[in-house]
Amino acid sequence: MGRKLLLEHINVPGINTLKVYREKGGYKALEKAIKTMSSDDLVEEVKKSGLRGRGGAGFPTGMKWSFLAKPEGVARYLVCNADESEPGTFKDRYLMTYIPHALIEGMIVSSFALGANTSYIYVRGEMMPQIRILEKAIAEAKEAGFLGKNILGSGYDLELYVQPGGGAYICGEETALLESLEGKRGNPRIKPPFPAIAGLYGCPTVVNNVESIAAIVPIINMGGDEYAKIGVGRSTGTKLISASGNINKPGVYEIELGLSVEDFIYSDDYCGGIANGKRLKAVVAGGSSVPILPANLILNLANGEKRLMSYESLSEGGFITGTMLGSGGFVVLDEDQSVVRNTWNFARFYSHESCGQCSPCREGTGWMEKVLHRLVNGKGKMSDMDLLVDVAKKIEGNTICPLGDAAAWPVASAIRHFRDEFEWYVNNPELSQKQNYGLAHYADPLPVLETVE
Amino acid sequence: MADKFKVTIDGIPTEVEAGTSILNAARQIGGDIVPPAMCYYSKLEGSGGKCRTCLVKVSKGSEKDPRPMPKLVASCRTNVMDGMEVQNITSPEVVEARKGVVEMLLINHPLDCPICDQAGECHLQDLGYEHGAEATRYEFDRRTFEKIDIGDKVQLHMTRCILCYRCVFVADQITQKRVHGILGRGDHAEISTYIEKAIDNDFSGNVIDVCPVGALTDKTFRFKNRVWFTKPVEAHRDCPTCSGKVTLWYKGEEVLRVTARKDEFGEVEEFICNTCRFDKKATNDWVIEGPRKVSRHSVINSNHYNELQPAQVVKKNLELQEANKEQFERATKF
Repeated sequence: MGRKLLLEHINVPGINTLKVYREKGGYKALEKAIKTMSSDDLVEEVKKSGLRGRGGAGFPTGMKWSFLAKPEGVARYLVCNADESEPGTFKDRYLMTYIPHALIEGMIVSSFALGANTSYIYVRGEMMPQIRILEKAIAEAKEAGFLGKNILGSGYDLELYVQPGGGAYICGEETALLESLEGKRGNPRIKPPFPAIAGLYGCPTVVNNVESIAAIVPIINMGGDEYAKIGVGRSTGTKLISASGNINKPGVYEIELGLSVEDFIYSDDYCGGIANGKRLKAVVAGGSSVPILPANLILNLANGEKRLMSYESLSEGGFITGTMLGSGGFVVLDEDQSVVRNTWNFARFYSHESCGQCSPCREGTGWMEKVLHRLVNGKGKMSDMDLLVDVAKKIEGNTICPLGDAAAWPVASAIRHFRDEFEWYVNNPELSQKQNYGLAHYADPLPVLETVE
Repeated sequence: MADKFKVTIDGIPTEVEAGTSILNAARQIGGDIVPPAMCYYSKLEGSGGKCRTCLVKVSKGSEKDPRPMPKLVASCRTNVMDGMEVQNITSPEVVEARKGVVEMLLINHPLDCPICDQAGECHLQDLGYEHGAEATRYEFDRRTFEKIDIGDKVQLHMTRCILCYRCVFVADQITQKRVHGILGRGDHAEISTYIEKAIDNDFSGNVIDVCPVGALTDKTFRFKNRVWFTKPVEAHRDCPTCSGKVTLWYKGEEVLRVTARKDEFGEVEEFICNTCRFDKKATNDWVIEGPRKVSRHSVINSNHYNELQPAQVVKKNLELQEANKEQFERATKF
């Protein structure tokens, strides 16, 4: 069992209250930061820790902070992205529900590091209970003097607000989130300018994921160098993984990055193996938007080494044989699951959630959904697979925000690795409606990535 | 800022002001290398970046940072840097991506050009003609919408809309108060007046001119005639609310339609008011300046092609001649 930093005290009764949280060492990082460190020290410490954004892209947090423009006389903002709505990801909700003060403390320390006097937590609209929990926690922190004017006698002021969103997936994209926070339609902005230069209300803004901000607390407590020792290579620290699907023990697990995927799935400390003694078919390793991988490729790299749970190892092999850590939504499919149906489900989600601003995504996601719907219902054609690959290629990289890429990758990868199953749906239109295909004939030799002619 | 930036587009060097977008730099060069733009409108602040037809490849970022940009960029919203090298029609990747975008724009378009008043001056028609495929690969029902009546002057056909947002920007920036916007999300997004309220103010008619397709058309011209049977004539009048500089569209002695004057990129030179557009349809309301020069490519000019030759910029540039080989050969055959 690896070391736990975020969820160490998760099973302590009453950890959601300020009293118990403080008994377990809470708000020590805040006191240390505000009394003994300057904001530059804090940024330096986060840089040393090597913490990478936990929202999906994996951009180094310390680097993001150091890009923040600091013009005189202009307010700066820190916005926490709690608009978690990727299918398969539920770690932020878990963290906010059971240990809200970890996020609040992280927000105060991070705001202090960035020099922000107003900060926002943008929570997805469907998470009403979590919004209430956070507001209660903020009220408690304010009463204890951790928020408001002159925090702990340091002269530093901070107001923290919780903003419910309208429940749109697209508002998890940072510029769409800022638009929504400003009270406008949640359309992603065209970059540049990046939020670090002109974000919320045109002021320099940092947008961070819930888990990234909560991870600031242990980093300050133990020091950046110490934190960087956990993990492997450039993937430092611990990561929350939302494990779901056909496993014995679904739930949120905190792992040290660098754990092998095989251990994570089969070890009793984590997922506990595939449910009902079935065999592993495929894994979506980082939430719905990352490429799906068949069992042989998720457990082992193309060269036969074991694949690890880390940013680098999961993306080893590019999009031919690799995937991404993403936001850590680990969805396991056993031999009785249909990859075709799963792909259609994801495509339907992206078609529904596209904002409709730029043409390739607006039209292309709907097109892919319709073709996949036809395939799932046994009415597909052999040419549909090539059509899907081509449409996915025309969306990918040509859109304003990454939603287009996120819609294209799962479809393209499912066809790359499971083409025989798609073909079986076409060849057996009636049988495919009654029974499932079973285990895939694993791609051997490895498929070649399609290139644009 | 009097700084001049050097930029090379498809091998043609030019110098532009700092802060110019790639698209505007290309427009200064002119000719075939100008990327098509369906949503960008130079007179409307904040427009552009949405339709993705103007994608180009930046093969060299700038003199300081010569790395190429990793993805194709929207030329209308990307500013030039000193020493930047851009590929438009010389890059197969761009041509391929543009073809993809045009296909996407057309899959839900009703293609009802035979009964559409915009036919003949429709940017989507031009775009489809130039970059589209012969046949669609889309085999599903096209998207439809509930019909909305947005007043007695402007006709809305939501099925033809490509969601360029230009009319929304007009409503936002030209007219007094914003009365329409986008409802819904994704491929259900639609242009609508809030609470189905009619657009009612002096400059609302300009949404017709900025619309690149037939989604917003003139009700007073509806089904009167095809564009290519009418004769455009430049005229002006003393108007208290606008500049009064317009184009009159004649059929015989009768003025069928009044529009603002458009430049070579299809953009309105000066916005006009609703009185000029809808109410002044007699020759004696206007001072006639003379016939309007019609672009060689326009259908209004059909059967009167003076010469069929590639544009001047192409002739001078070897790289471009290669890219336009097919067109060039066809042209010389004639």
